[in-house]
Amino acid sequence: MQAMLQEKLQVLNVGLSSFADSIVMAGGSALQIEWAPPAQGQAEVGRDLARLVNLSVVETANRTAFDAYQSAQPVLRGVGIAGRVIPNMAERMILHSGPPIAWNDMCGPMKGAIVGAILYEGWAEDLAKAESLASRGEIVFEACHHHRAVGPMAGIISPSMPVWIVDNTTQGNQSFCNFNEGIGKALRFGANSQEVINRLKWMGEVLAPALRAGIETLRGLELKTLMAQALHMGDEIHNRNVAASSLFLKRLVPALLKTRTPSNEIAAVVDFIAGNDHFFLNLSMAACKAMLDAAHGVSGSSMVTAMARNGVEFGIRVSGTGEQWFTAPAPIVEGLLFPGYAPSDAAPDLGDSAITETAGVGGFAMATSPAIVKFVGGTPQDAIDNTMSMTHITLGRNNAFTLPPMNFAGSPAGIDIRKVVDTGIQPIINTGIAHREAGVGQIGAGITRAPLACFTQAVSALARAVERSE
Amino acid sequence: MATATKVLKNFYRDSVSLMQLSSTFAKLPGVEQASAIMASPNNMSLLREAGLLTESVDASANDLLIALQGDADALESALAAAESALKQPPPSSSGGGSSRGLPPRSIEMGLGNMVGANLVLISTPGEYAASEAFKALSLGLNVMLFSDNVELKDEIALKRFAQSRDLIVMGPDCGTAIINGIPLAFANVVRRGVIGVVGASGTGLQQVTCLVDRWGGGISQAIGTGGHDLHRDVGGISMLQGLKALIADASTSVIVLISKPPSPEVAGHVLQAAERAGKPVVVNFLGADPARVRRGNVFAATTLEDAAAAAVALAEGRNPDDAKPKCPPVSIPSKLSPGQQYIRGLYSGGTFCYEATLLLKKELGQVSSNTPVEPGDRLGDVWTSRAHTVIDLGDDLFTRGRPHPMIDHRLRNERLIKEATDPETAVILLDVVLGYGSHADPAGEIVPVVQKAREVAGKAGRDLVIVGFVCGTAGDPQNLARQEAALREAGVILAESNAQAVRMATAVAVGAGAVGGRL
Repeated sequence: MQAMLQEKLQVLNVGLSSFADSIVMAGGSALQIEWAPPAQGQAEVGRDLARLVNLSVVETANRTAFDAYQSAQPVLRGVGIAGRVIPNMAERMILHSGPPIAWNDMCGPMKGAIVGAILYEGWAEDLAKAESLASRGEIVFEACHHHRAVGPMAGIISPSMPVWIVDNTTQGNQSFCNFNEGIGKALRFGANSQEVINRLKWMGEVLAPALRAGIETLRGLELKTLMAQALHMGDEIHNRNVAASSLFLKRLVPALLKTRTPSNEIAAVVDFIAGNDHFFLNLSMAACKAMLDAAHGVSGSSMVTAMARNGVEFGIRVSGTGEQWFTAPAPIVEGLLFPGYAPSDAAPDLGDSAITETAGVGGFAMATSPAIVKFVGGTPQDAIDNTMSMTHITLGRNNAFTLPPMNFAGSPAGIDIRKVVDTGIQPIINTGIAHREAGVGQIGAGITRAPLACFTQAVSALARAVERSE
Repeated sequence: MATATKVLKNFYRDSVSLMQLSSTFAKLPGVEQASAIMASPNNMSLLREAGLLTESVDASANDLLIALQGDADALESALAAAESALKQPPPSSSGGGSSRGLPPRSIEMGLGNMVGANLVLISTPGEYAASEAFKALSLGLNVMLFSDNVELKDEIALKRFAQSRDLIVMGPDCGTAIINGIPLAFANVVRRGVIGVVGASGTGLQQVTCLVDRWGGGISQAIGTGGHDLHRDVGGISMLQGLKALIADASTSVIVLISKPPSPEVAGHVLQAAERAGKPVVVNFLGADPARVRRGNVFAATTLEDAAAAAVALAEGRNPDDAKPKCPPVSIPSKLSPGQQYIRGLYSGGTFCYEATLLLKKELGQVSSNTPVEPGDRLGDVWTSRAHTVIDLGDDLFTRGRPHPMIDHRLRNERLIKEATDPETAVILLDVVLGYGSHADPAGEIVPVVQKAREVAGKAGRDLVIVGFVCGTAGDPQNLARQEAALREAGVILAESNAQAVRMATAVAVGAGAVGGRL
């Protein structure tokens, strides 16, 4: 109080804007806040939020969590078989994307992908039997995130599928992701025809061993630097991975040639990767998961460590609230559709790939990727504005991921649930759009935003957790 | 008479803007009553009580509801006009940064754009106000809480939290402050000077600062505390902090404290602190016994006018006891008819109403009011005056679903005509408040009604005395001189202050035969 009387009065005005105008008219200095009730008008959540703002226990926890995320070093360690390397993966278990969901509640693409995985595993001979097996409860369905794993779209990982193994060499945690099958009819979009199964078989029998041998020769591959380089080459490493995939291939081919892999198989592997601009996506996701798991579980932290969707619900997890999911109905993605499809064909938002936004790339790094802005609607300036707006809901910037169009500032990272609820600015996500029916596949891509309701629930839960620890 | 409603989903505007818009909508052709509100359950039930909402409406707190009442065939186009007025983009904010930058959406985000910010002025709906204040304090910022309807327990928590961090919470329900020469919320533009004021009353603070300005003095700081600050449970935290700050402030040499009578315990603390100020302190605890206040450097003032006069005298090195302003003589108009003997005060300022009630009671005995000094004087029907009656039109009873009478004069205008038709009315007493936040041209609203009131009385063969005062300064945006000239021209007898106006009204009433005269 005393200090204010000795300084120039500078007023932040929350509410009636004419008060700010009067102050300025009288020669004072005022800034109008574009205020609306936080937490969608839930006054009680607003109170919980107010308790958490600039609270030292939360600030300290967030520094710890953000430092862990920032210092993480994800390294591609190798290729494994899901059932053997993924922790607590049971014999008849299938992992899926997003928060946990029961078979009966799953969306079309996820059911289709599960049926495909059952056929792939040979647990049933045909679609009908596979479906009946799934619906009888004889297969355990769990969220990828519960097993340190992530998967794009339906995110299906069954025990004999090959997976990437990524080590965070700083904190020692490990993460997993399945392989990218390419575009068109793919299991992750719910397609499960023989063609799809055959490709999966080939990936298991030819692609995976070759990649395993290649990565072994490389003695691991630092993913963070590769991602940083790709960001400078116009990828945001979620919806655009062409630079990252090329960089990966550039590192892989010389190593692959030093292995005993037959040359016809090397040719097929190189063809497959070269023909798939999204090949790196699954590595990007595993790397992001490894960085964020390092930040998870810091008591009191309001940092988001996962955003994921199962095609029905959107869910987030927060560092300071442990394993709990905060969910809301999955939004419909706004974007461009391939010819012949209507918005009514689109499935609600799907996949674990929002882990990239959670880690400060994807939509958060959109400014650096002018090539995709048309696809996700808008101009390069919109892309810069989108990235800028994310700085208002994040704890800091990732100095490893610099963005040339932003004068090489780090990408905004470490979503803070408090800031999301206080500003109402929802995290932006660049994503693909799946057809709502199983088997059709991708029908477009666009932008969506994480639902606010997830964050308001998380704020209240964190407030309770902080109270208990006091 | 028909009603019509329209819901705008997920559409937020702040309450005072909505109040201002509501009064605009009520002027649309064929519209009798209008309200635009956020559709909280509370607001909806107010609308229902006001008869503006007759059907059930599917709307929630994040939706905006327009409700109109009027001619059935005019309502549809009025609704459309109201909707399009609402959808005008809100006025651009001051100093909002680059055109592509996102305007700040939270206090914390605003702090990023204005790193030197030291005060947050909050005028959100009451249910959200405490949270915003708490955030501001957590971020190291002082708070002026204009919002009302903040729970007492929240006020206590906020003030204790602020105190522990050397910050102040002005409010809740703090309408006025002048900090470092900058008028905040409903405040007047006053000369800077050596008089510092701490007030638990908004209009009280306006009256004192305006009179100081009028009488050649100046204001260093005017700190509002909100009306509940001297409540026993709050303990006068903000008044004590304000007092402490003014004691330490080198540019303040005289201090004025204003409040309704605090609890004896709180009064004791405040007076003790005032006694140790090392500067003269003028105390106006409305209705308190001056003998209990007067001590050492502490001077007692019984009216706001006395407080201002004493402060100016002290600032000029004169004895405050010689500074009492005199009431100019009033000649009683000859046309007052037998039976015309009562005073009807129609106030927009709550403190003015309270002060008038106190002064009139002393001279005239019983004075009825909707906000009485003594419970026994409470008006049974607030819409109908009896004998001497003084009304606070800013009371919640009157402002439900409509703007405050300092912004919207309709309610007072209607009441003025009603009083003019009463053959027992001798004097109508009015306040006119200028400054930021008040109506842009109050005289323009009042003059035609005063003329009509005179006509009404004249047709019945009566005269009518209308006494008022303008609380404002030459620097105010409404132009004090023009406001006073227009009111005088319409025949309003103008006093300099509320207390003077009350004394003039009393003289008229006593001259006309009102009982209890002791002048």
